[in-house]
Amino acid sequence: MGGFEEQFLRGLETTVLVAAISGAFGMLVGLAGAAAKLSRFRALRMVADAYTTIVRGVPELLVILLVYFGGTAALTALVGSYVEVSALWAGVFSLTVVFGAYATEIFRGAIQAIPRGQTEAALSIGLAPWQTWLLVILPQMARIALPALCNLWISLLKDTSLISIVGLSDIMRVAVVGAGSMRDPLTFYLAASALYLMLTSFSLLTFRLVERRMLAPVH
Amino acid sequence: MDIALITESIETLLGGVVLTLELTILSLLIGFGLSVPLAFMRASRSQWLSMPVLAYTYVFRGTPLLVQLFLIYYGLSQLAFVRESFLWLLFRDPFYCALLAFSLNSAAYTIEVFRGGIQSVPPGLVEAAQAIGLSPTKIRLRIVFPLAFRTVLPSYANEVVGMIKASSLASTVTLLEITGLARKLVSETFAPYEVFIAAGAIYLGLTFLASRLFNLIELHLSGAPPDKARFPWLLKLRQAL
Amino acid sequence: MKKLMLALALATTMGLAPVLAQEPMKVTIATEGSSPPWNSTDPTGKLIGFDVDLGYELCRRMGATCTFVAQDWDGIIPALTVGKYDAIMGGMSITEKRKKTIDFSTPYAVGFNQIVMRKGLGLPPTDAKAKLNLTQMDASKQATIDTLRTALSGRTLGVLRSSNSEVVVNELFGKVATIRSYDTNENMTMDVAAGRVDGTLADYFVLKTFLESKDGDVAEFYGPMLNGGPWGPGAGIGIRKTDPQLKVAFDKAIASANEDGAIMALTEKWFGMDMSPPK
Repeated sequence: MGGFEEQFLRGLETTVLVAAISGAFGMLVGLAGAAAKLSRFRALRMVADAYTTIVRGVPELLVILLVYFGGTAALTALVGSYVEVSALWAGVFSLTVVFGAYATEIFRGAIQAIPRGQTEAALSIGLAPWQTWLLVILPQMARIALPALCNLWISLLKDTSLISIVGLSDIMRVAVVGAGSMRDPLTFYLAASALYLMLTSFSLLTFRLVERRMLAPVH
Repeated sequence: MDIALITESIETLLGGVVLTLELTILSLLIGFGLSVPLAFMRASRSQWLSMPVLAYTYVFRGTPLLVQLFLIYYGLSQLAFVRESFLWLLFRDPFYCALLAFSLNSAAYTIEVFRGGIQSVPPGLVEAAQAIGLSPTKIRLRIVFPLAFRTVLPSYANEVVGMIKASSLASTVTLLEITGLARKLVSETFAPYEVFIAAGAIYLGLTFLASRLFNLIELHLSGAPPDKARFPWLLKLRQAL
Repeated sequence: MKKLMLALALATTMGLAPVLAQEPMKVTIATEGSSPPWNSTDPTGKLIGFDVDLGYELCRRMGATCTFVAQDWDGIIPALTVGKYDAIMGGMSITEKRKKTIDFSTPYAVGFNQIVMRKGLGLPPTDAKAKLNLTQMDASKQATIDTLRTALSGRTLGVLRSSNSEVVVNELFGKVATIRSYDTNENMTMDVAAGRVDGTLADYFVLKTFLESKDGDVAEFYGPMLNGGPWGPGAGIGIRKTDPQLKVAFDKAIASANEDGAIMALTEKWFGMDMSPPK
């Protein structure tokens, strides 16, 4: 493929890196979002609702474009001199925002699926609220949320390809450049498909293994 | 932030709604048509029937839609027999390339949604239908599929919303739907914030309407009397039907 | 003699004559390092290219000691403003937007853009070697543009999204031709090859690479080589706004290198054509 193998390898690294960082931040955003949605405070609930409704109702591509182009404009206005948002950080930020919105819904659902009695029991044996969360709610929630999180992670991996549109040198971008300069789109886009398929298959397998271990009786 | 510019942009971008809806609705219809027979194959106990369909859904759900779109748009145009035959009349036009990519992608997701529904239909119902002498095709189309569809309606609604959003990728193959128009407008006005927020508002409106519509269908199919206070017109609609 | 006068002129304008006489000025210049022929990195990791050659030539004329460093394009302007280096030479176009943050020298090279059209469309012949600067339009330039417009009416043209070429195409042909915007030059030229669009307007070197590729024989350059107008005055050296002496020094060095043909020679070496700025 005219020396593009190495570039594909670097593209693969970038794709995994962007997905991993956004996934990790997105999980934190999701936990905070779920806590906000289940909070006693109306204002928090409203903010979290607005966040998930808006982000889940708008194309991911648009979120990326808004962050990349709008972010430059906003930061420039904020700092007072020209600041350019790099494709990498625009990508990580927008995918975190997107992942966080869906993760919020997943975590909220999972927490609500845990019977209330568990919390009450935990509190009655003298656990502090934070201990209840950490030791009782979170482990059970993680198990319930795992299949949905797996799907979300796979969507995230695929969504990274959209950042190529603003110039990130990920798998997709290498394919576009290679297809153009070698005048051979079929080969390059098939190669990109194979790489993405490898990533998603590997993710599926890993989640299966984790799921099996988590489902093993722990009592 | 310039509010006047946002309203102005919304006016311009509304011009792209027709193309967005055309792409979305046609892809969903084609995807639906493909997925009903394929979902039955996928749910079949015969490996010969289910494996090829699984391979199809696995590949299409495991790779980005953008790659699929570019494979069809740029990849097919590389082949001489495509460029030199009647096929080129279709593939020369970015609209049909996008439509094909979106339909195949949507079908892959819809197949898996419907398969879940089909497998959730109690076998007793199928046996009962067989007992009264219905043909296998009739059982599938008149009994199994309607029940399956009702079960998976919320998941299908997600697929519909997903398709509205995914249609924004058409902008990468030069189509001027909502996102394409927005990007054109940004390069003319240098006001990314206002223009993309305007586009987001339009998509939000469309996805909101779509989920609302499916809520109503769900309510209707569940047979529960609609809440008079909230949907007086729905009650009238049902009486009229 | 010329050089002596230059040194004198430099010294007076900088008001640092005694210091300058004792110790040569040290200038660190950043370039991107992967945009040949402007600048690139050779297999040993050394920075090479037109920017680098000209940079050392200008420094010699300024009596300064220069070092080139590589810097990613994304952060090349911010790092200049915080003082990581003193100047940018990376084929950077002088634009109004960038001028809000940094200063530019006078242009040290002026690139070209050109239309490419598919062969066999039955278009009237044009002189593809002619040059046309859009900055100061006159009657004869306008007549050339009008002929082009008539020839291209009803055609479909591809263009790189958010590029200066897009601005030009929309302005000149937006009313008579169908314009399609692409995210990358690669995708755009592939559609020219496939015949989805009849032609395109883009950077001369991008199109030259395309025409020399295996798909390129379906198309050819059409109409004059264009620059100026929305493309701006050309590539300039980026300098901090707080560093006016350096700008003056570079401006003088550029003027002298342009005067005696050094810039012309270097552009011919690296680009195969004269891209020296107007004198």
